[in-house]
Amino acid sequence: MKKQHAFALSALAAVLVAGCASSPSTVDLDKLTADIVKASFTDKGIVKVAVIAPEDINTACSAADVAGKPLEANVAEALQAAQLKTIKWPADGQFMGDWKKGEALAQSGRGLTWSDKADTANGGNCYNCHQMDPKEISYGTIGPSLLGYGKTRGVVADPTSPASKAIIEYTWGKIWNAKAYNACSVMPRAGHKGIITEAQVKDLMALLLDPKSPVNQ
Amino acid sequence: MKKIMSLLVLGSLAMASAHAQKSAAVQSIEEYRAMLADGNPAELFEAKGEDLWKQKRGPKAASLEKCDLGQGPGVVKGVFVTLPRYFADTNKVQDLESRLLTCMDTLQGLNVAEIAKTPFGKGEQNNLTALATWIAAESRDMKFNLPQAHAQEQVAYEVGKRLFFQRGGPHDFSCASCHGADNWRIRLQDLPNLTKNPGDGVGFAAWPAYRVSNGQMWGMQQRLNDCYRQQRFPYPGFASDATVALSTYLGVNSQGSKSVAPALKR
Repeated sequence: MKKQHAFALSALAAVLVAGCASSPSTVDLDKLTADIVKASFTDKGIVKVAVIAPEDINTACSAADVAGKPLEANVAEALQAAQLKTIKWPADGQFMGDWKKGEALAQSGRGLTWSDKADTANGGNCYNCHQMDPKEISYGTIGPSLLGYGKTRGVVADPTSPASKAIIEYTWGKIWNAKAYNACSVMPRAGHKGIITEAQVKDLMALLLDPKSPVNQ
Repeated sequence: MKKIMSLLVLGSLAMASAHAQKSAAVQSIEEYRAMLADGNPAELFEAKGEDLWKQKRGPKAASLEKCDLGQGPGVVKGVFVTLPRYFADTNKVQDLESRLLTCMDTLQGLNVAEIAKTPFGKGEQNNLTALATWIAAESRDMKFNLPQAHAQEQVAYEVGKRLFFQRGGPHDFSCASCHGADNWRIRLQDLPNLTKNPGDGVGFAAWPAYRVSNGQMWGMQQRLNDCYRQQRFPYPGFASDATVALSTYLGVNSQGSKSVAPALKR
């Protein structure tokens, strides 16, 4: 602990000296924050500090949040284009899985915390933020309601029809990597970050789009 | 003490009735909270904290009564709503819990590096929580007013703001992913918008708090620690610069709001 304090203190002193004890610049503060993060966080259980290593899109969005200004449109577009390229489309061309499995996955918010085990099955976290099956009253409001998702988009009659192609692909892409469509979305990149598998993305697709899914009743 | 006795009676009544209704399924937390409203179990921790403050402990067999929490040695009333703040003797911005560690070190000679490494709910960490609970209670209903005159206090706020918005981990979560806008909920849990003043007794102004769901008393350090756990972040050190800076951001944002700590939480 002593070591940690000495480290942060010297970092802070450096900032204050560099800024002539007046207000330090944004660059200084960003650097100091990075140093403090390095000194303050440690590995625990299955979570390693490497998971918070800077990544261009997160760094850009965090900075925009701090500034209280959205990203410049061209910057956002470039970041989104890069994320779009990460999307893995279903190898067998089949987009739809089992809505019942999707519902179970949507219910779970487990996995990847330091109190989870390496073999804890990751949840989809869907109900934490979205309304889906109307029978589930315990839903979050951070994301939009997905009640009637397929029905309201006219996909339910025949999800495999060419007319449904655009919405099917968008939905797959959004689940796989939400940031491909909105750089600073607060939605996780469930497929891209390996939180859920390709088969599980199919199950969530079915929950949203299968005519028999409770979401579309 | 009388209050504590009535609390214990209430508590056993609550347990007895919960037991009787076991077969009748769910008794809502709201009902339980209403029953407890007259006697927050935090009072037990307050009493313990006050005793600990006055008790001679550690290799130096000293009490904490000369501890300077920002308003001079021994002043407890009103200090909670001014923390975190800059302390000249340590040349650091400190929150209540990190400042208590300093006093336990300098006055009592306790091994505070060990205490900081002790898991929540174990050994000296329980004492620290009790102390924080009592000290917070001594500022109940007072308005937050963190000093921001010192350069290091301003830096702590700015760093805290950056930590609040820091996205990372497998889910790209930041504090703002849950606490970045009005009227957000995870499942049925309301989430305060902590990017601005969330109002009296909300967010920073509600901790330490007794958590009904797990029967535990939590200080702000533990509250932030569990947020980071759910964020899928690595482990933030107890009383680390990151947690103190983040608290500074939250505390300054709560400027003028009343503290209800120690609060009662789900």
